[in-house]
Amino acid sequence: MSEKVPVEVRVNGELRSAAVEPRLLLVHFLREELGLTGTHVGCDTSQCGACTVLIDGRSAKSCTVFAVQAAGSAVTTIEGLAEGEALHPIQEGFWEEHGLQCGYCTPGMIMAAASLLKENPDPSETEIRSGLDGNLCRCTGYQHIVNAIARAAQQG
Amino acid sequence: MAADATPSPGGKHVGQRLKRREDPALIRGQGTFIDDVRLPGMLHLAFKRSDVAHGRIVRVDTSAARAMPGVRLVATGADLQGVLPSVPVITPFPYPDHPAVTPDKVRYVGEPVALVVAEDRYQAQDAVEAIEVTIEDLPAVVDAETALRGEPALLHEGFANNVALRIISGTGVTEAAGTQDPEAVDNRELDAAFETAEVVISQRMVNPRIAPSAIETRGVVAQYEATRPYLTIWSTTQRPHAHRRFLAAALGLGEHQARTIAPEMGGGFGAKKIYGEDFVAAALSKQLGAPIKWIEDRSEAFLTTTHARDVIGQIELAAKRDGTVTALKARLVADIGAYEMLLTAFIPTLTHGLLSGGYAIPVIRSELIEVFTNKMPTDAYRGAGMPEAIFFVERSMELLARELGMDPAEVRRKNFIRPEQFPYKTAAGNEYDSGEYERLLDATLELAGWEEMRAEQAAARAAGRLVGLGMSFYIELCAIGPSTMFPDGGWEHGSVTVERDGRITATTGASAHGQGHETSFAQVLADQFGIEPETITLLHGDTAVAKQGVGTVASRSLVVGGTALLMAGSKVKAKMTRFAAQLLEAREEEIEFANGEVGVAGGGKLSFEEVASYAYAPQQLPAGTEPGLSEEAFWEPPGMTFPYGCYIAQVEVDRETGEVALQRFVGVDDCGTIVNPLIVEGQIHGGIAQGIGPALTEELRYDEHGQLLTGSFMDYAIPRASDLPRFELGVTVTPSPLNPLGAKGTGEAGTIGATPAVVNAVVDALSELGVRHVDPALHPEKVWRLIRGGER
Repeated sequence: MSEKVPVEVRVNGELRSAAVEPRLLLVHFLREELGLTGTHVGCDTSQCGACTVLIDGRSAKSCTVFAVQAAGSAVTTIEGLAEGEALHPIQEGFWEEHGLQCGYCTPGMIMAAASLLKENPDPSETEIRSGLDGNLCRCTGYQHIVNAIARAAQQG
Repeated sequence: MAADATPSPGGKHVGQRLKRREDPALIRGQGTFIDDVRLPGMLHLAFKRSDVAHGRIVRVDTSAARAMPGVRLVATGADLQGVLPSVPVITPFPYPDHPAVTPDKVRYVGEPVALVVAEDRYQAQDAVEAIEVTIEDLPAVVDAETALRGEPALLHEGFANNVALRIISGTGVTEAAGTQDPEAVDNRELDAAFETAEVVISQRMVNPRIAPSAIETRGVVAQYEATRPYLTIWSTTQRPHAHRRFLAAALGLGEHQARTIAPEMGGGFGAKKIYGEDFVAAALSKQLGAPIKWIEDRSEAFLTTTHARDVIGQIELAAKRDGTVTALKARLVADIGAYEMLLTAFIPTLTHGLLSGGYAIPVIRSELIEVFTNKMPTDAYRGAGMPEAIFFVERSMELLARELGMDPAEVRRKNFIRPEQFPYKTAAGNEYDSGEYERLLDATLELAGWEEMRAEQAAARAAGRLVGLGMSFYIELCAIGPSTMFPDGGWEHGSVTVERDGRITATTGASAHGQGHETSFAQVLADQFGIEPETITLLHGDTAVAKQGVGTVASRSLVVGGTALLMAGSKVKAKMTRFAAQLLEAREEEIEFANGEVGVAGGGKLSFEEVASYAYAPQQLPAGTEPGLSEEAFWEPPGMTFPYGCYIAQVEVDRETGEVALQRFVGVDDCGTIVNPLIVEGQIHGGIAQGIGPALTEELRYDEHGQLLTGSFMDYAIPRASDLPRFELGVTVTPSPLNPLGAKGTGEAGTIGATPAVVNAVVDALSELGVRHVDPALHPEKVWRLIRGGER
């Protein structure tokens, strides 16, 4: 336990501030302080990627970042990906290609894919698969996820 | 069954690749999972767990924890004695007492010893760390085969030699459920088959212990209202109604005073049912007068969410030199861990029933011994006893093919149950509903290009590469029921309400968690009523909404739950028919439902909405008819369904590193009628991945002290996207005669079939080094050692 410190993060375009314990994880800041529960927790060793968000445009596992470390950064969560009613092409891809079943890994998977396509807008299947190495899915066997991302790349 | 339970002729939605209606919320991050449930004044629960596998609790010092900030309650197992009921079991077999928080002895690492309730989760965890537990060690029982000699210690009084259950089943046993009395077994037929056998295959095989590993861990939020009194409990459970029953009883309530809500759930795979933590949360909510939340972390999940498999089989096959199998004998030792959960002892008994695989084996006998050890209990996990059976059978068929120098496809073909033999009662006691196995085998060989694969393999081997091909032919047992077959009821419940505006609200007791029921069940009802799926909402996962239910388990949802819904729908449809006939002055037999209209072909028609609206405000009730359009039905299947399929895997083993590359995975599945091909593909894909994992990388390991060595996703490797090839899949469709949909179920198919196909391929790759058999998981170290051994 220690004194709370102020932290200010731009989340989905909006400046959010709170006083938090220095040990508070970014994922808990997003979920508990801001109520953005689309970002999930699936492990405690940074393996599963369910908590993936974008920090300054690059994918990061928000369970492995303290909220105070994100101070001054721009964080994008799954809630900030769609433009109003219009789904992001990756979200569209996941829906069209049945890229999700239980939907628990999905927000992290979509955010990882967003980062992947930003770095490599036209990935091969092998590149998509290796680009998802930080994200675990137990339901889909990944094939429909790969199809979803390939579709989004084509649309993009 | 009612003729009009069949979807309307010309129905256009069953069979369509309809996008899922569940998805728009989930892809926006708007799902409500257990950890998203928050209530005013909610407190947080955390557990102090044993770090010793076997021992006696000497002292639990909670003084420091009690003084920590935010702490509202600290309790030990002893404090909770008499407050909490034992963890429930619903098998017909004897079982030891299983306290939710142990007061005296610990029997596995991770067993709850004490708990903390605090104002936030960080505070609760801090206080747990401050609890000091002194345990006097007892010898840890970790090896099942040693354990069943009662060594090095006994876990439970009343279970001599740590044996939970010993049961002998099959040929020579008169009781269908098997016998526990070896004296009551007639061995003549079995002995004769082995005495006259031209070839005998004998192999010890191990199905390692594995972790179901849903990406969402378990959790519970309990809210007890003393003044009503009433318990509302949100829980990660695949069986909300059974959950409500046990939780209500735990608090001394009736089922009418409790409500279980299974919110959106991040995977279950058989492992999310009813746990001690749920009882603790409910009891503490009552005690403290506040909602209580507990969320499992991943380290806890590896230690304390039920494990699976862990069966050693000694398998013997008697055969003729032409490949005809004449008998199969199995001795199975199942390591079930320290206690029994809901169905722990029942699961390994399912293995016997599938030991016939897809083959007409005339003599089958198994002996199953279930053993307690100082590990987490096992229970159902995708396949539940069936992957074990098919692994044993399909490894044995491969060994037989090798022994006889036959093509593995031809050995299987030789023994298939033929289409005209269905319904076929196997020597293991199950009645298979329908199948055209040879047609499916041929479809698989063609899709794979089997001859070319074999030629390419020969060329690769000539070039010094370790390339292997493996095949499996699986049978899945689905739609478990009738109630004589399933300890807790073999039916499912559904309700259909046609609202006044002509839209439908339906409920099902099959509580989905990723299976897409909201989409596929709507497709079924849309065809039954000749309307669009968008006008139907399916509700589930809440006992206050779905009145009764068994749950989404055992690949039974569409078959049993879908049919229950059709049966409820047929009652509503019959009423709508009466109203429409009255309004149109037509005979009821003339009334048809199509394209959103109800009426007479080539004659008068009303919109679906008009008939619905009239039913709620009839000017004149048809004789013997009540107003309104809301009906429910229970459906109990007459028997189980048996989908099947064939998988072919191609692997290459790296001689230097022992790494196995899965290069191709080809398969054809037959799950009867397909309602939504997109959803079925997803189920098959995910199932295959969960079968490949245990073949290559997934294995839970305990050391000699009973410490779990594989307690995180760093050590327990579930497949990643880059570990898997693109699956090459096809289907055949052989409808089941046992339900009006003709559906068979498909949830566990891939998991059952994939493991033996991949293991067979790796053994094939290593066969030139003299390897005859190797047990999974075939991770690089194990394979590398085999290669080194083989080359020495």
